[in-house]
This record gives sequence, structure tokens and C-alpha cells, in this order.
Amino acid sequence: MALEFELISPIEVAKDFALAVQNYTVLSAQSVANFFRRPLYMADMVQQADLIGVGSLPIVVLTGLSVGALLALNSASTLQRFGGVSLIGQLVSLGMVTELGPLITGLMVAGRNASGMASELGSMIVTEQIDAMRALGTDPTKKLITPRVGATAFMLFFLTIIADLLGLIGGYGVAHLIFGVDTQQYWTSVWQILVFRDVFTGLIKPVLFGFIISTVGCYYGMSTRGGTQGVGRSTTQAVVASSVLILVVDFFVTKLIFAFFGYR
Amino acid sequence: MPAPTLPIENPAASVLTLSDCAIEFENVAIAFDEKVVLDGISFRLQHGETKAVFGVAGSGKSTMLKLAIGLLRPDSGRIFVMGEEVTRMSEQELFQLRRRVGIVFQESALFDSLKVYENVAFRLMEEKIPPEEIERRVREVLHFVELERTYDMFPSELSGGMRRRVAIARAIITQPEVLLYDSPTGGLDPVTSNTIVELIMKQRDVYKTSALLVTHRLQDAFTMATHQFDKTTNQMVALPKGQYCEVATSFLILCDGKVIFDGDAHLLATSRDEYIREYIS
Repeated sequence: MALEFELISPIEVAKDFALAVQNYTVLSAQSVANFFRRPLYMADMVQQADLIGVGSLPIVVLTGLSVGALLALNSASTLQRFGGVSLIGQLVSLGMVTELGPLITGLMVAGRNASGMASELGSMIVTEQIDAMRALGTDPTKKLITPRVGATAFMLFFLTIIADLLGLIGGYGVAHLIFGVDTQQYWTSVWQILVFRDVFTGLIKPVLFGFIISTVGCYYGMSTRGGTQGVGRSTTQAVVASSVLILVVDFFVTKLIFAFFGYR
Repeated sequence: MPAPTLPIENPAASVLTLSDCAIEFENVAIAFDEKVVLDGISFRLQHGETKAVFGVAGSGKSTMLKLAIGLLRPDSGRIFVMGEEVTRMSEQELFQLRRRVGIVFQESALFDSLKVYENVAFRLMEEKIPPEEIERRVREVLHFVELERTYDMFPSELSGGMRRRVAIARAIITQPEVLLYDSPTGGLDPVTSNTIVELIMKQRDVYKTSALLVTHRLQDAFTMATHQFDKTTNQMVALPKGQYCEVATSFLILCDGKVIFDGDAHLLATSRDEYIREYIS
């Protein structure tokens, strides 16, 4: 049996990539511009906020708690060698608030919701429901995409705060119960180490990550082709792309904030 | 089978003006991945007329309907709907125009996460009509398609025929000036198909709505041409032999991306073209 391979020109691949970037940019810009155009689907936005925010709460609680505890456990073993166990609070606080809280929450919500958005919108595309919506005189970017973008960015902000808090509690549990760090000492060091720049970094990131998760999820959903197999492909691509993009954007945002506010 | 090159058999079309037309296609062409689907087609749909569109699978019938409401853009040519040039309108302008046109999709395309009444009321809810008024109109239109009992059901709980009828209810709830039906009887049993045809006929004869009806079933279109809806008995009745319905019902056949026939039932039945004869036999 002869195997046939189809050769794809690198120029075609580059063209497809450029087109995808262009379409993603247009969709993202439209989703933001729709906030300033009527009608604004507030009821849909609240429904999405409930699905995305409240629905993601259990995984955010569990991961926040675990990451905080793990951070404390791993840093304590190193600090112990130098007699600096009392510094656990500072390490956990800085790590959770500036980096791990937003990142882990972003990745968890990306896994749960970017896939959900891509599969939901993808199914609507292949069953002509999006065409039906356009035919009924309703703009799908206003009705379906903008509420998801607004709700994800808004809810991720609060989910991150919850993850940060639970991470600190997890870290406290390990520091106090395993390494005997005093309660007041732990929470004082947690509080004192944080400066405006840390809190700002930790709260600007979830808004950006929320925007990335929702726009990438919606983009892959709306570009679904090829029936149920296409829906599956879009779902996987949405999770992979949003996770990678979150990590890349995280690096550049952190660098930019350091450049703007200066290093510690 | 070679595509015949017949002249379009519709002498009346040439004397129609744009204002007489609900829909007009002017040399419209579209291709997907270098495959030409429509190759410069032209036709007119008069106000109040029902035009049945035929063609083999992949001949561009559904594409034609999507072009008519701007869901697709042609590569060349012009399309007018109720005097407005669809091909020059922005997506935002098209949303306004589409509110005056109803479409029934091939697979119904009901919103599967919404109940039947929410599907039917979708357009009214978007227009912020008071809830009592919405409920009254939804019940009225569900009564029209004889599906009042499905009010609180989800589309997944309905049969294929019922879903088509709900799709028709959704399309007609705002009493659009033009209706586009994409294979409304496709894949249905003969009894259910007959119910759908009767419903389309009811809409045509009661509300005099212009319609483009894409179908594979010639018998549906001939039934449309030879029957009339009787409001007193609430069912369709056959017209005497040789007499056609007072509302114009015409036929359009697509082949290899071109219109090879555009005329009434009589012209179609007496056509001597080999391809058409074979198609209708």
C-alpha cells in the first residue's frame, strides 16, 4: 500500500498563520468595541459570570490551597538550612500574589472555560445556529462573545484574589503545623513584604489572562470547520493556545512592570 | 449528464422593474476553493410569488439562500432584497434588513439550549417587546403550526418534522415580507412532508408572503402550484385540472452553477429540454 503525503508550502503555512492572527485581532477588537455599542447583553454577561466564576470556584479553591502549601513546603526545606524558616510567609506571599496566584488561576480557568467556549460556539457553528442568529438580525459577537469576554475578565480578577488568599492560608498551615512558625509572625511577614507594585502586578494579570482565555476560546469556537471532529479540534487548540499565550504574556507583563516600577 | 444551455423561459421577467421584486439576483457568482458553485446566475422573485428552486446536491441552492440575506458574499454580481442592494451593505446594515426576512434552515438550526418558546420568541425578545405580547404571539404562531403543546419543550425533545415546524414558526412570527425555505421537507416521511408543504401553502395564501423554496422534491412544488389553502376548512384543496394557483408559483432549476430553467408549472411540464424532462420524470 503506497502512502501519500501532501506537501504544504511554508508560504501557505505563513499565510494561514497571518490570517489567523488577523482574524483573532479583529474578533478581539470587536468584542471590546461592543462594550460601547448597544445593545449590551447584561443578562447574558451575568449568566456567563455565574458559569465561569462560580463554576470555577471549587478548582480555584483547591489549586490555590495546594499551591500555597507546596510553595511553603518546598521553600521551607531550603530556608531551614540557613535558619530562615521565619521567612516562609514572605516567600509564599510574594510568590502567590505576584505570580502563582494569577498564573495558576488563569491556567485552571483556561482549561475549564476556553475549552467550554470553543466547544459551545463550535457546536453552534456546525449546526448553523450562528447563521440562524445572524439571520434573525442579532450580532453573535455582541450576544455571545462580548458577554463571555467581560464575564471572564471580571470573574478571573476575583477568583485570583480568592486563590491568593487560600494560597496564603495553605502556606500558613504548612508553616505553622509542620515548621512551627508563629501565627502572628507568619501573617505579619505576609503583610509587610507586599508593596503596591506587587499587588498591582497580581491584579492586572488576571484581567489580561481573562481576556486571553475568552477571546482565544471564542476565536477557536467561531472558526470551527468540519463537524464534530472540528469541534474536538477547536476545543483542544483553544486550551493549548490560551495556556501558552498566558505564559508568554505573563513573562512580558512582568518584565514591563519591572521596567516601569523598577526592581526591588 | 451534460448541462443544457437553454434560454431562460420567463418572458415576464424582462418587463419587471426593481420595485416589483422581492429578490433579484444579477449575474451572481461564487466559488469555494476554486470550485465554482454559482456561475453568473440571474433571476427575479416578484412580490407575493413563490419560487421553487431545484438542482442536484451541491448545485448551490442553499448557497443561493445564504447569499440572499448576506450570510455569504458573492465573488461578483449584485443582489437586491426589497429594493436594497445586499451586496453593498455592511454587516450592521444587514442585521436591520434581515429582520424583514425569515429563513428556515435545512436542519432547522434551532438554539438547542433554549426552549421552544424562547426559540420562537428570539426575535421579539431582541426587540424588547413586552413579555405578555411575546407570549400571546408565540402561542398564536405555535397554534398556526399546530404545536402549542411543545411550548415548554427543548428542541432535542422534538421529532425532525416538529423541529421544522418550530423553525417555520420562528421565521414567520414577525410576519416577514420574504421567506426563504431551505429543504424544509428534506429527510422527512411523506406524511410529515405534506404537513410542512401545507404549512408553507397556508403562509403563502393567508399572508401572501414572497418565498424562495429550495427543495429536492418535485412533488412538493407541484403540490404548491396545483393546490390552494382553504381557510374555512383549514386544509389545502386541489384546484381543478389545468388551473393553477392564483398566487404565482414558479420553478427555477440550477445546473452546473447556471439557471437552466425559470418559469411556471405549465412551461416546466411542457419543456422539451432533455435534462429537464429527465429531471422531472
